Amino acid sequence: MADFKVHQRDGEGVSVIDLKGYLDAHTAPDLENAFQRLLNDRKYNIVVNCKDLSYISSAGLGVFMAFVEDVRKNKGDIKLTNMSAKVYNVFDLLGFPILYEIYKDEQEAISRFREQKKP
Amino acid sequence: MSRVQKRLTKTIESRTNNLLKVREFVLEAARAFGFSEEEASKIVLAVDEACTNVIKHAYHYAPDKTIQIVIEPNKDRFQVTVIDDGKAFNPSAVKLPDLRQHLTHYRRGGLGIYLMKSLVDKVEYKYSPGKKNEVRLIKYLSPTTSNARG
Repeated sequence: MADFKVHQRDGEGVSVIDLKGYLDAHTAPDLENAFQRLLNDRKYNIVVNCKDLSYISSAGLGVFMAFVEDVRKNKGDIKLTNMSAKVYNVFDLLGFPILYEIYKDEQEAISRFREQKKP
Repeated sequence: MSRVQKRLTKTIESRTNNLLKVREFVLEAARAFGFSEEEASKIVLAVDEACTNVIKHAYHYAPDKTIQIVIEPNKDRFQVTVIDDGKAFNPSAVKLPDLRQHLTHYRRGGLGIYLMKSLVDKVEYKYSPGKKNEVRLIKYLSPTTSNARG
């Protein structure tokens, strides 16, 4: 299906996932697979760039909930960036800003991981 | 602003790849009725959540069942009814979670119903055993939800 795409970029100690299109009950398994691959590869510092994410439903939000605990147990985090106002409103309605760090820009999230790594 | 008051129906098979079609159908009608883009997108998301619930909970992902979506605009009231003949499931009986408590325990269930109730003015549920289930989502057009300016 061309209505949703997940693309992974690996940088120094941080993996970035780019989301594009519509994240709903149909496409949520694609994101689950991407998170599962990262966990299998022991990559726990994850930035999700939502610049091209047009839509999210609770099925998509549930994927973040399903993985964040495991990621944090391994001293990593899932940080979200570049959300449109429309997508942010859905996250906000469910109180996600309490639980997730959300940044305007991908670089800010990557820098935050680097700062947190410093002794 | 002239509002489109026409009754519209759409029937889909109970598969998640049809959610996109449902969203387009509802978006077009909500815009034509006079909702702002922001409010129209809230209705679209609420209907997506209702259909997703039917696919998951009423039909348990059986792909060959049907879901009917009926849009009935009436004056300032925009009503979308999602109809299925699967297992009865009553979203209004689900207690809304304490969101902070819910999230800090990393629970993912119930988020859809919470969203549905937050996005529209009223959620009603009707079912008779052995007959069809109906979830009605109602939203009112007002100066703050309309696309009319000034």
